[in-house]
Amino acid sequence: MRASILRSPSPLPGFGLSFGIMVAILSIVVLLPIGALLGRGLMIGPGDLWDMVNSRRIWSALTLSFRAALVASLFNLVFGLVLAWVLVRYRFWGRRLVDAAVDLPFALPTAVAGIALTALYAPNGVFGQALAPLGIKVAYTELGIWMALIFIGLPFVVRTVQPVIEELDREVEEVSATLGARRAYTLRRVVLPTLAPAALTGFALALARSVGEYGSVIFIAGNIPNLTEIAPLLIVIRLEEYNYDAAAAIGIAMLLISFAMLLAINLIQIWSRRRIGLV
Amino acid sequence: MADATINATPVTTEPRLARGLLIGGTMALIAVLLFAPLIAVFAEALRDGWAASLDALAAPDARSAIRLTLIVAAIAVPLNAVFGIAAAWAITKFDFRGKAFLITLIDLPFSVSPVVAGLALVLLFGANSSLGGWLVAHDLKIVFAFPGIVLATMFVTFPFVARELIPVMIEQGRAEEEAALTLGASGWRAFFTVTLPNIRWALLYGVLLCNARAMGEFGAVAVISGKIRGETTTMPIMIEMFYNEYLSVAAFSLAGVLALLALVTLTLKSLLEWRHADVLAATRRH
Repeated sequence: MRASILRSPSPLPGFGLSFGIMVAILSIVVLLPIGALLGRGLMIGPGDLWDMVNSRRIWSALTLSFRAALVASLFNLVFGLVLAWVLVRYRFWGRRLVDAAVDLPFALPTAVAGIALTALYAPNGVFGQALAPLGIKVAYTELGIWMALIFIGLPFVVRTVQPVIEELDREVEEVSATLGARRAYTLRRVVLPTLAPAALTGFALALARSVGEYGSVIFIAGNIPNLTEIAPLLIVIRLEEYNYDAAAAIGIAMLLISFAMLLAINLIQIWSRRRIGLV
Repeated sequence: MADATINATPVTTEPRLARGLLIGGTMALIAVLLFAPLIAVFAEALRDGWAASLDALAAPDARSAIRLTLIVAAIAVPLNAVFGIAAAWAITKFDFRGKAFLITLIDLPFSVSPVVAGLALVLLFGANSSLGGWLVAHDLKIVFAFPGIVLATMFVTFPFVARELIPVMIEQGRAEEEAALTLGASGWRAFFTVTLPNIRWALLYGVLLCNARAMGEFGAVAVISGKIRGETTTMPIMIEMFYNEYLSVAAFSLAGVLALLALVTLTLKSLLEWRHADVLAATRRH
């Protein structure tokens, strides 16, 4: 096969075919649609685009989506670290079952999770009734959105941190103990810094997923404009009104947030590779 | 996985009380956050008994939704598998410029909201775009029709297979295929007798995750399907319709079917991880 300046020579065949299939499907399914969305934005023009996004309802929706995603991902960062530690380091009854169940949010369709959480936390639901005397309302409030996003983001940090804990060298912890460090000090100053890059990667992945989440949230959110209306729902509403320009404007705003987070994930990964050569 | 507690010295683990509290606390949270919603699905589905639930599943709306979801997955998942294999072959067997950028593009759908994905497809193929106008003129319907649902499903499940295969194929290198070629095998023969057996478990793993997501996709399909009852309503869309019509048993029965599918997926996934940890280990590190 002929090699070019763009490609080093290889004795293996099939570059043209495999590269062709890859680029064709990637273009039709992902690149052309994203291009059409950005192209629509260019046609509208930055000024009009800004005017369309710059309304109280859209700002509330965008900040709500981001704020709720941040809260849920922070919870999952802490809980994910602890859970990963417990699953790798301790032995107890049911450990394997729980280890397998951590991926449930990846396997369970979001709409199913959404109606299930609503059934639990609605005023007449099992958890809803239990929380009502305490004055806590979950369903149809921002708290409900947090619960849905905690559910769908739960596996990310656990799954990125787990392999790193498995490969930790226990001798380092022993050395730290021999040198007189208490266990808590060792965990904080020796173990945690090693886990930080993987945990941050998981956090960023969970955040990216939660900001754009739709299916699990809309059932429990109540969808009150300016209060519990998330940005993706606003896109759906605009589309149902056949207001494609307004939908595109919100879509582009969300896409820019996604790109920024993708960049952040890549930077974290480069940083972590330099630091420990893993992840 | 080394059994950690056996070689643990007292200085490399937490005090007994702390361990107990951590295990108890995390398991309680797992029960509330993960197991409770799962149990709720089945409890709500069976609220009026098995007969009512099965009746709801046998109704025409539910049956057409199940059929549509199966057909969509049967088309979208193999197409994604072909894409994943082609992408992994091109990326791991050859060196070319822009490879890292290409991998970022393949991962892109994971960070795009499903609703934005649906919107982008509507803008590309919808009646008021130039491509959409041409499609309408030639009587090809994509938006609010079956092909759109397949495209939306492919978008959201796009990286699954490729992501599983790429690390495995990087680890396995190119030497075996090169040896096969030197011994006179054709390119296809080398692929089917050397590469495919090496990657089959990783491929199965990727297809499994891809299928679970494909059958459960909601946001992207909700936007592009137009929700035409009995025509473009997949199972998740039908669940939403039943739920909004206060047909709770019907909604949760259909949800129960998808929850069972999720449980089967998790079981197969765990089996693969335990049996073929050596092959899949490369993937789990990424």
